[in-house]
Amino acid sequence: MANQNFPIIFERSKEGRVSYNLPELDIPAFHLEEEFADVYVRKTAPELPEVSELDIMRHYIGLSNRNYGVDSGFYPLGSCTMKYNPKINEDVARLDGFSHIHPYQDTRTIQGAMEMLYDLQISLQEITGMHEVSLQPAAGAQGEWASLMMIKAFHEANGDFHRTKVIVPDSAHGTNPASAAVAGFEAVTVKTNENGLVDIEDLKRVVGEDTAALMLTNPNTLGLFETEILKMAEIVHGVGGKLYYDGANLNAIMGYTRPGDMGFDAVHLNLHKTFTGPHGGGGPGSGPVGVTKELAPFLPKPVIVKNNGLYEFDYNRPQSIGRVKMYYGNFGINLRAYTYIRTMGAEGLKKVSEYAVLNANYMMRKLEKEYDLPYTQHCKHEFVLSGRKQKKLGVRTKDIAKRLLDFKYHPPTVYFPLNVEEAIMIEPTETESKETLDGFIDAMLTIAEEAKSNPETVQQAPYHTIVKRMDEATAARKPVLRYHKN
Amino acid sequence: MDFRYLPMTETDKQVMLESIGVQSTEVLFSDIPSDVRFKGDLKLKKPTSEYQLMRELTEMANKNANLKDYRSFLGAGVYDHFIPSVVDHVISRSEFYTAYTPYQPEISQGELQAIFEFQTMISELTAMPVVNSSLYDAGTALVEAVHLSTTHTKRKKVLISNAVHPEYRALVETAAKGKNLEIVEIKHHDGVTDLEHLEKELDDNTASVIIQYPNFFGQIEPLDIVNELIKEQKKTMFIVSSNPLSLGYLTPPGEFGADIVVGDTQVFGIPAQFGGPHCGYFATTEKLMRKVPGRLVGQTKDENGVRGFVLTLQTREQHIKREKATSNITSNQALNALASSVAMSSIGKHGVKKMAVLNMQKARYTKQQLEAIQLPVTFTGSFFNEIVVKLSKPVAEVNEQLFEKGIIGGYDLGRNYPELENHMLIATTEIRTKEEIDVFVKEVGDING
Repeated sequence: MANQNFPIIFERSKEGRVSYNLPELDIPAFHLEEEFADVYVRKTAPELPEVSELDIMRHYIGLSNRNYGVDSGFYPLGSCTMKYNPKINEDVARLDGFSHIHPYQDTRTIQGAMEMLYDLQISLQEITGMHEVSLQPAAGAQGEWASLMMIKAFHEANGDFHRTKVIVPDSAHGTNPASAAVAGFEAVTVKTNENGLVDIEDLKRVVGEDTAALMLTNPNTLGLFETEILKMAEIVHGVGGKLYYDGANLNAIMGYTRPGDMGFDAVHLNLHKTFTGPHGGGGPGSGPVGVTKELAPFLPKPVIVKNNGLYEFDYNRPQSIGRVKMYYGNFGINLRAYTYIRTMGAEGLKKVSEYAVLNANYMMRKLEKEYDLPYTQHCKHEFVLSGRKQKKLGVRTKDIAKRLLDFKYHPPTVYFPLNVEEAIMIEPTETESKETLDGFIDAMLTIAEEAKSNPETVQQAPYHTIVKRMDEATAARKPVLRYHKN
Repeated sequence: MDFRYLPMTETDKQVMLESIGVQSTEVLFSDIPSDVRFKGDLKLKKPTSEYQLMRELTEMANKNANLKDYRSFLGAGVYDHFIPSVVDHVISRSEFYTAYTPYQPEISQGELQAIFEFQTMISELTAMPVVNSSLYDAGTALVEAVHLSTTHTKRKKVLISNAVHPEYRALVETAAKGKNLEIVEIKHHDGVTDLEHLEKELDDNTASVIIQYPNFFGQIEPLDIVNELIKEQKKTMFIVSSNPLSLGYLTPPGEFGADIVVGDTQVFGIPAQFGGPHCGYFATTEKLMRKVPGRLVGQTKDENGVRGFVLTLQTREQHIKREKATSNITSNQALNALASSVAMSSIGKHGVKKMAVLNMQKARYTKQQLEAIQLPVTFTGSFFNEIVVKLSKPVAEVNEQLFEKGIIGGYDLGRNYPELENHMLIATTEIRTKEEIDVFVKEVGDING
């Protein structure tokens, strides 16, 4: 077989080729070598590429052709909300007055940026029903951790040092228990009942005087609304614990219900999910946090306030948990989210949730004919199928995912949540048309048929991708994490 | 009202509802108990048309004094550098920016390879063998380094030089509360870490020592001497935060025995954008490879022997380890890592040294010209592209007047260092011309009196 290796940029390198054209030295040169002790002067040049400008463009355009984004096609990756990324957002973020401003400029010289951030805080307070919002956390994981740190600070401010446990549903994303651990808590699991909801009896059993908080998404990780949310809030609050809302699934409920109205005390949002971030190949994201009045004094500082028409940073927050992120968070992502909220307004955001839920239910009812659906009630913005029927035929969920690549789709999230065997988690989002959904449904039904009639077809997929299944075991056993010249 | 991101038509909606077997979408929301249903409309600004919104947001942007219209001498961790045009052309490719984490390697080779190349470039600059796919920023990367050092050594005490960026220190302070760590700040002496103080605090309970190189004042710390001190404590880890551009000229921390090197690649192709998103990097030794936070890309082959790339060593990560993970990091800064990779490719092997030297030359010119008007630098050691001078009045006041002349002045060190009241931290990068520096110096002199 012909070598199909796509060159690594260092393999395109040729001694003496350049792609830079730096400003000239317009001053008399200083003799640096006289100033520096020899030990601090680098002896060997770092092996960065030596390529021309066209080489760079061919290289990266080649790489982009080997990648798949929402603009390439349908991307129903459950729990990630892979919706369309509006182009105006990108243009706004590139305006000089937003992209070329320094975080330490005098705030009077950046009132436009401050106004945007302030307005975004207010909008997110309204959407979540929380008292106050901080835009500082860089992403969901940091928002989670910051929220737990606030809850910890709250308990400690009340002289309550024995709340060492954070309760997490067994279906929760792994980030939840990991954040709890980094905040110094012990994660305790609460079970899911036969309807895919938090088992209230089990919750009663695990809560206690040592409960610091319950971490929850609603709709939950199975895409189902926790109908007994008020009861859960009562149980947790009853023992003095706090309720934390993981905003990963906010796309399902905007304008229909708000975490603040459900009894949550702290919330984080993923602006790169619900509010069209974009995802950037894995980041940057933005994970603002919102809290009740009771927790507001503990928010990360600084907070943006408006005094006599002037926007300022408020550092005078003696009970604040402190700073969680450099400067003022991922401003560029917050700006995109703001642009999106301004485009949609209240009416648009409610339609977003309406159509996200409609799309998910439509797909779920079509697909349950061939794929096992563990929880049968109406879903919210996403749903989880099980591939256990296909597994009996020797076709694993992984195989189904790989076969979808041949149909030019990005596969759903697979093997998550952990409490569903051979899980296939599908989140279509509201920006996809019925035609797109129908095309994907057809592909899924075709694969289900293949699993019965010709399982090898699915087991050996994909066939039409530029590379085939990767040897991940060797990659982990003998890691090669950088390029080495032969 | 119609929305351009929502393709649902009334006909589609009816067909879909019928297929589901419900009368209206309301039924699909009937599981939300009425007590928690939001009634009425969210109080948000009305939906705005594309043209109108662009106009309004452009006006908002124009209320900000930007670094293209003004001549900036402000650095302090965020720098105004030349960004090659190719950078934005590449990161505007939506195959990159509308993708997510490359979980499906068959259709994500572009992103995976770009990250692999990023890891290699940072490895070259820092002289560290293992580099991750990026973290939020330099400060949070430092926090992750602290967590790794305390879990790895099972010790609680961390020494951090107070010549480390004040905001990095603030982040470490916040994170320490979660894990009950003891953070000890080591004083600076003449703008570099006080080695006597460091030696006094360094003991067999010290998990790590943190030094910034060049430090917050722009001074070059003696990493060789610090390393010798640390190595006497066997297990104590040496963490260095480093501006990767400076490593085009300076000996890389990897050659001074660093165990972890972190920093920000904002200097390569990422605009200041009010402080974020930037791009943290995290580099370490082979020994610590399996404890690295965040994602790692590794090279492998497919079934046909074709070279390819995958996310690897995932058993380290939170989605597998859950509460046993040492880090909760999930998303990274992939798009910014890509921007930096393109910039590093463009600047290249020899360009990176030239660019570093240009910064150093221009900064020395600023220093020389300030000295000529009796404004000598406060710290006299070797430096990169930042200097400190003492003014006769508050920095804020000087900056206010400089602003009137179209200049964004330096950072007010009195904000974080009481002993450095009226001291300005001045950055001069390669884009400042002789004429701009001359004007700046003249104006500072005039205002200072």
